[in-house]
Amino acid sequence: MPQIFHHSTNFLAKLSIFGAIFILLAAMWVLAEINRSSYNTGQYIERQQPVQFSHKHHVGDDGLDCRYCHTSVETSASAGIPPTQTCMNCHSQIWADSPYLEPVRESWRTGRPIEWTRVHDLPDYAYFNHSIHVAKGVGCSTCHGRIDEMPAVYQASSLQMEWCLSCHRNPEKFVRPKEEVFNMQWPQENHTEQEIARGRDLVKSYHIQDAQTLTSCSTCHR
Amino acid sequence: MPSKESQTNFALMRERILATQDGKEYWRSLEELADTDEFQEFLAREYPQQAEEWHDAVGRRTFLKLMGASLALAGLSNCTYQPPELIVPYVRQPEAEVPGKPLYFATAMTLSGVATGLLAKSNEGRPTKLEGNPDHPGSRGATDHFAQASLLTLYDPDRSQTLTFREEIRPWTEFLANLRTALDEQRGKQGAGLRFLTETVTSPTLAAQLKEILTAFPQAKWHQYEPAGRGLVNAGAQLAFGQPVNTIYRFDQARRILAIDSDFLSCVAGSLPYATGFIGGRRADESRDMNRLYAVETTPTNTGAKADHRLRLRPSEIENFTRAVAAALGVNMGSAGQAQAAGAHANWVAALARDLLAARGASIVIPGDEQSPVVHALAHAMNDALGNVGKTVIYTEPIEANPVDSIQSLRELVGDIDAGRVEMLVIVGGNPVYTTPADLKLDLNRLSKVKLRVHLSLYKDETSEICHWHIPEAHYLESWSDARAYDGTVTIIQPLIEPLYNGKTAHELLAAFSDQFDRKSYQIVRDYWMGQMGGKGVVSGERQAGSTQASNPSGDFEERWRKALHDGVVPNTAAATKTVSLKADWASQPPVPAPQPSTLEIVFRADPTIYDGRFANNGWLQELPKPLTKLTWDNAALVSPKTARDLGINNEMGSKGGNIFVDAVDLKYRDRVVRAPVWIMPGQPDGTVTVHLGYGRTRAGRAGTSTAAKPIGFNAYAIRTSDAPWFGTGVELHKTGTQYQLAATQTHFNMENRKVVRTKSLVDYLKESEGEHREAMEHDEPGYNDSMYPPYDYKNQGLGYAWGMAIDLNNCVGCNACIVACQSENNIPVVGKEQVIRSREMHWLRVDAYFGGADANNPEGPYFQPVPCMHCEQAPCEPVCPVHATVHSTEGTNDMVYNRCVGTRYCSNNCPYKVRRFNFLLYQDWTTPTYQLMRNPEVTVRSRGVMEKCTYCIQRIQLAKIESEKEGRSVRDGDIVTACQAVCPTQAIVFGNINDQESQVAKLKAGKRNYSLLEDLNTQPRTTYLAELRNPNPEIPERA
Repeated sequence: MPQIFHHSTNFLAKLSIFGAIFILLAAMWVLAEINRSSYNTGQYIERQQPVQFSHKHHVGDDGLDCRYCHTSVETSASAGIPPTQTCMNCHSQIWADSPYLEPVRESWRTGRPIEWTRVHDLPDYAYFNHSIHVAKGVGCSTCHGRIDEMPAVYQASSLQMEWCLSCHRNPEKFVRPKEEVFNMQWPQENHTEQEIARGRDLVKSYHIQDAQTLTSCSTCHR
Repeated sequence: MPSKESQTNFALMRERILATQDGKEYWRSLEELADTDEFQEFLAREYPQQAEEWHDAVGRRTFLKLMGASLALAGLSNCTYQPPELIVPYVRQPEAEVPGKPLYFATAMTLSGVATGLLAKSNEGRPTKLEGNPDHPGSRGATDHFAQASLLTLYDPDRSQTLTFREEIRPWTEFLANLRTALDEQRGKQGAGLRFLTETVTSPTLAAQLKEILTAFPQAKWHQYEPAGRGLVNAGAQLAFGQPVNTIYRFDQARRILAIDSDFLSCVAGSLPYATGFIGGRRADESRDMNRLYAVETTPTNTGAKADHRLRLRPSEIENFTRAVAAALGVNMGSAGQAQAAGAHANWVAALARDLLAARGASIVIPGDEQSPVVHALAHAMNDALGNVGKTVIYTEPIEANPVDSIQSLRELVGDIDAGRVEMLVIVGGNPVYTTPADLKLDLNRLSKVKLRVHLSLYKDETSEICHWHIPEAHYLESWSDARAYDGTVTIIQPLIEPLYNGKTAHELLAAFSDQFDRKSYQIVRDYWMGQMGGKGVVSGERQAGSTQASNPSGDFEERWRKALHDGVVPNTAAATKTVSLKADWASQPPVPAPQPSTLEIVFRADPTIYDGRFANNGWLQELPKPLTKLTWDNAALVSPKTARDLGINNEMGSKGGNIFVDAVDLKYRDRVVRAPVWIMPGQPDGTVTVHLGYGRTRAGRAGTSTAAKPIGFNAYAIRTSDAPWFGTGVELHKTGTQYQLAATQTHFNMENRKVVRTKSLVDYLKESEGEHREAMEHDEPGYNDSMYPPYDYKNQGLGYAWGMAIDLNNCVGCNACIVACQSENNIPVVGKEQVIRSREMHWLRVDAYFGGADANNPEGPYFQPVPCMHCEQAPCEPVCPVHATVHSTEGTNDMVYNRCVGTRYCSNNCPYKVRRFNFLLYQDWTTPTYQLMRNPEVTVRSRGVMEKCTYCIQRIQLAKIESEKEGRSVRDGDIVTACQAVCPTQAIVFGNINDQESQVAKLKAGKRNYSLLEDLNTQPRTTYLAELRNPNPEIPERA
């Protein structure tokens, strides 16, 4: 009985074995990419807010300091979302009749808070503390990006654990002098050899803990 | 139910004990003492993962099918998105409020009228944890388990939420209108048909309001009934001095203490400072001396457990015993009260009397609140004879606004009701329909003679059910009020939150009887205190302590009011000391006749965890193992092993999983019968039965209501009578032949007879500590720190912290407050009786009670041992985890990563200390909105299928580290206080940095009493123990 398949079909068999591995690897790669994509992380997605508050205008154009509104960023785990009162400090005087600001005035009149949509939402089992990061020279823009250039705020980082660890493992690549923490123009990351050397000095002088302690599970998870 | 063959017969066990007479040194349960094959089998099977196998209705095939399906579905569960979240900021942010930072407010909780000062933690306006107020005399920074658990009651969804008239919802205004009409009717008769029934009132404001009402309605009457509380203390003072006095004991000054059926360490007014003072006198390392406690008692209590000598007596023997001691101390009792022969205990009494006399002026004789007035009077006379008055025993004005004998007060009310003189009964708090004695029961029959019945209470309970108007009461964390501590100091109770369920306070209810009928309690309390401390600048009133503080007469009220609120105490309000002398005829009562040895005696006590029944719907307290029996979710009739044998009663422990079936009996007392399970209690005197009050509620709520299908204990009030509220003779016990299943945790997480508790007598300890003796070296198996791996250098890692804990067994009084504090701090769920039976309770911290000696009837101790996670250096749980869910931190804590945990349970299997807890089911309530408010936002809420265990309160460690680093310093000793440490009245638990040689914990660990649990396993635990010391009288033979 003659052979059903020609000798050359062996190649196809070999190829399909290789192909299976390739397809499997490709599928894993695709899944990993989906997992890291903004589809999954919500990165770069601008959120609809009750008032289209522009950080670009208030920070970039008017030069407001972050801490004018986010008052507890240096003292508490939470940076703090400003009460309606903070808005009304200025907007009882300027743009006092703007229809865009009606929700703010309504909140002020009725005492009902404005309900903002959260942009940076960590999982509930991760405990992030703003104050310690600010105290150790981690700039606002390092995590939140160029807020002064965002008309509508989006999440600039993935907020995934590997992203957290990139800094907890190598803090010298990210820390900056404390006085520059709120400076939006300061580079978000230390790239050059010189910058990283400065970062190393800062890690030492700010007593930033070693990578092993910073990556202990209980540092962030409780 | 398991087959009969596999169960342990208690009689068999006993025979075995008697046969060998070679009991173990320490044991937690009778089953362990007997050490039968069944017990061994149970031990081998103890791991809870096998618990489901023997009475699971689901067969293996069904299980596999379901498992396959759930595996397939498990993949899908990862596909969930985090739902979008809103941020809702304030409109006007309150001044002190910083989002993410809790605030603390001083307030107080009352139990039977007596206040414990608290600092309530508030996260964005939600009270989430209670701590003791260090400035408050009734707390001194500590709290008891009742105060810790009261947080759960605040958020209890079963609390009454609506004002009702005959079960129909009505508005408050309609109640007011109705009440005004009824009052107008009463006004004509000067209130002759009006009666108030309250619990013990120490609140000056409430007392003033009642006084005002009684002035407006001169014929109206105010009754007070308290089912547990201060018992016969007032009657005793009346007999001794002819007037009510409040007695305060200074345990810190006492060298020799005789407790006559008094559980002063856990259940009386002032027990927290008493425990602090008592243990303060037992710190042998510093003072090289210890006080000595003699306890004479019926039901085993924590005080008896800590006693250097404990004598178990039947209740009827106690008075004669007290007379014998009094006679030996030279107290003149006149001809009528001449002591009888001390009988069997003559040597004991003589040695005790010599010891007490040697410590004149530095001793205490404390009678139990429940003891008869004669015993109280004798104790007063003994303290007088010993020269203790003014030194260790202080008499003050009573702290109650109107000290009455509560049973007498109730009797008068019932008399009036029966005679038809009561037209309107206002019940302010309490649950008298349930708690009144059987012969004075305020049941429907009796109460239907009262035309209008109003009831204010936290729950719609048995009393609300038969009252016309039910008014939901505000929880103390929602109310403005005030109350006195055990020494009379007033705390203004301030609310932490608006009433969740529209509750009203007692003040608001009583205001409805005055002209200003719609005043808020804030106004009422503030106005009262404005009158007290306003114009004159001092706190006035007849109970003012001296007159030396008459400073600042023109002071500003607002400032003083705010200071009182801030501090949690109103200065100079402690009750004034009082000089009293014994009445001439105090000893005129003839001695009680000697007990008949053949009759059974009964003892009634408030339950150690749910008290008089008011906490019946509190899951934290229901599931809290009772200090000595370790029972949960039930009460039982306690009898001694000998009595149980005489009556032919068995405890049967199934060999599988420790299902405990006990005989149910009919307790017949004065022709009333109640069916109760029997628990065999080592240390109980023979021929006595102890029953605890508070169970068998018919209308308590989801957790506490007892039904025929799902009984939660039995109602001991049903056989309690007013002439013998605390003890009596002539109870009969009839076997019913039925069995009852109890959930006791004493056999759970057993340490399998390894010597984990170490005790020593003071004399031996002092002798040894002269030399080079170290507790750790004494035992056969040497500790060795060998490892194949190089030791981890904690000093030069990170910031150089190494966290550790020292637990001083000598200080632990077994009060269990730490367990509830841990539960509250760490969001630990309640699992329910059925799950406790399967050994699935979730408490991260357990307190083991080890009896000592081979005599089951009269054992030593028990010795208490709190066991949290040991945070081993060489943790056996870590290498067996396939997913690295439990790992070591650089500071030496054994971290648990819930999100990595896949629930293999290998870690708990490999933990020699058995401290890991697994969420077999979704125990946590994720849906009830009020419980979401209650949780500590700093701690992850765990889900099903996840292992958990003590974290050393890692959230508190991180907080202290972050705060210290922001300030550029190291964490100071004392910055981190774990939840269990914070509540402890005796500082038995100390936490800190063991790298810091100056820290308290390092010093304790360097002490000679320090030892590790199961040292021979080389786990190198970070939690170590300090051996317990006892100070027995050398003149008394060991087992008197």
